[in-house]
Amino acid sequence: MSAPLLAIRDLTMRFGGLLAIDCVSFDVAPGAVTALIGPNGAGKTTLFNCLTGFYRPTAGNLILDTGGARRELAGLTGHRIARLGIARTFQNIRLFPRMTVLENLMVAQHTALMRASVFSIAGLLSLASYRRAEKEAIDRARYWLDRVGLLSRANAEAGSLAYGQQRRLEIVRALCTEPRLLCLDEPAAGLNATESGELARFLRGLTTELGIAVLLIEHDMSVVMGVSDRIVVLDYGRKIAEGTPAEIRADKAVIAAYLGEPAAAVA
Amino acid sequence: MAAQRLIDAAKAAGITAIMGFALIGLELIDQPGGETLASRWQTLAAAVAIVFLGCLALSAIPAIRVRPLHRASPIFASAGRALPWTLVAFALLLPALPIANRGVIDAATEILIYVMLGWGLNIVTGLAGLLDLGYVAFFAIGAYTYAILATQIGLSFWACVPIAAAMASAAGLLIGFPVLRLRGDYFAIVTLGFGQIVRIVINNWRSLTNGSQGIAGVPRPSFFGLADFTASPTSGHRTFHELFGIAYSPMQRVIFLYYVALALALAVNLFTLRIRRLPIGHAWEALREDEIACQALGIDRRRVKLAAFAIGAAWGGVAGALFPAKQQGFVSPESFGFMESAMITAIVVLGGMGSQLGIVLAALILVGLPELFREFEQYRMLAFGLSMILIMRFRPRGLVSTRRPSVVLE
Repeated sequence: MSAPLLAIRDLTMRFGGLLAIDCVSFDVAPGAVTALIGPNGAGKTTLFNCLTGFYRPTAGNLILDTGGARRELAGLTGHRIARLGIARTFQNIRLFPRMTVLENLMVAQHTALMRASVFSIAGLLSLASYRRAEKEAIDRARYWLDRVGLLSRANAEAGSLAYGQQRRLEIVRALCTEPRLLCLDEPAAGLNATESGELARFLRGLTTELGIAVLLIEHDMSVVMGVSDRIVVLDYGRKIAEGTPAEIRADKAVIAAYLGEPAAAVA
Repeated sequence: MAAQRLIDAAKAAGITAIMGFALIGLELIDQPGGETLASRWQTLAAAVAIVFLGCLALSAIPAIRVRPLHRASPIFASAGRALPWTLVAFALLLPALPIANRGVIDAATEILIYVMLGWGLNIVTGLAGLLDLGYVAFFAIGAYTYAILATQIGLSFWACVPIAAAMASAAGLLIGFPVLRLRGDYFAIVTLGFGQIVRIVINNWRSLTNGSQGIAGVPRPSFFGLADFTASPTSGHRTFHELFGIAYSPMQRVIFLYYVALALALAVNLFTLRIRRLPIGHAWEALREDEIACQALGIDRRRVKLAAFAIGAAWGGVAGALFPAKQQGFVSPESFGFMESAMITAIVVLGGMGSQLGIVLAALILVGLPELFREFEQYRMLAFGLSMILIMRFRPRGLVSTRRPSVVLE
């Protein structure tokens, strides 16, 4: 296996007396889909929040390979981590509902556009350099909207989209930040079978065509088993299994965590 | 249904009776030899009856759904598009219209100052979503910067405008830095406090600001430093009417000040319209919508908020520099109380958060009407409250609630 894009080492997150994540270690490979599964309350979203800077981990290391240099993420603020190339979506969709679809994608390209606008001066004067950057940003937005079939809704308010469309928009908004690693928190929640099939194909396309790594929290097992290269299983904040989809399907600890101990099931 | 209506009306009447017991029912009469308490039970009974019958009447009317006018009919839609240009044309031509006397132009200048303040605050409150209740502080800092620099160092108005903007902006950064960790109500309360602190400092820093007596004799803006608006030339300065070879009229100064206010206001407007389309403007609006999502997209929330605060404050400072010029060259802390702050916030909220046009309409209503009906000044707060209630009831998102996209894909 090649060097990991992200190495999670002994990650621990404690909220007062509650140990939400307990010494979890695993690697996220570049250009592959890694799924994070586990029963409700296993600590999956907490791990995402540690990784994307919303929580400061109690202990442990999060080491990201930023193309040569290796950066420790634990302790960085959220927007810095995002700028290092980790984008995420949220379990309960967080769009900018009163802004248009296109504007949502322009906000995602804030960092690059801010650099081009040079403290807004180049932007206010509408210099050629800024106009070029703005055009590139619009073109990128157009490309992604086209890929997920939202091009015709580009000027609609994001809040007016159907649920499935909002999910897709949130994913392409994250992609507009040009991430190395895309973290998706239950992207298939609330989607029907056709839509989750499309989602799986879309995610595979990201990894194979663009080499973006995907870290996926998902309950829909058809998506997880179909799309993942590796699966990590959490239960009560501990890693109980890791492997390929086939290995996880046969793992006794995983079956026990999801269905209960056989002895308990009989009783 | 009918019984429910009666019960609701009775409840409202009951509340009126309780609240009105002391406020309406009792009257303190100041007589020689002491104060006596008189009762006004008939008045109270009338008030209770009005509330009771009024509630019944209101509940009898079927619920009215007010649709946005531009959707109600295409005529309103095209009128809506033409309105901004009509207003600009009207503003440009106003001094030439027959209705233009000194009072009208003065009132119009006052409205323009508030429009400018509304547009400045709109960056902070309307776009970035930070409810700043102390915006008047930046207005005050701008006004005093000009007043002090002009009277003590003798700087001209035109030199002072950028300095006033810079001072207000610096104050915005200073105040903004500690409070940006707060959100929503807490942010509003702390900024409210800061607004008062600035006024109190001005009131007490006598050596610099002359305290509550204010600063008088602030020189009024000259004609771009070329000529003064005086009847006869003073100490080597030419006069405006001589420069243009026309007869002297005291109106020339008033009209010139009006156009200065108009030009500065339009500059603020152009700036805001442009910056809304830039990444910083997008980030402000995104911040208003969802801070968490902004952070996940790599936006430094504190920096973006500070920028909103500093830029909004700068425009407040510019409006402030105009203020002593309008007030016959006089400025005192009294002009920067909480009422002024509330007025500016009300203009932004009633106008429709983020809408430039809405702010103009709200300023016309909230500042313009009381100026025109000065005889009814004692009812000003009553009208103010009534208009607030009506807006909240019928247009909760403000007069102009439509949002124009800042970037469109063809």
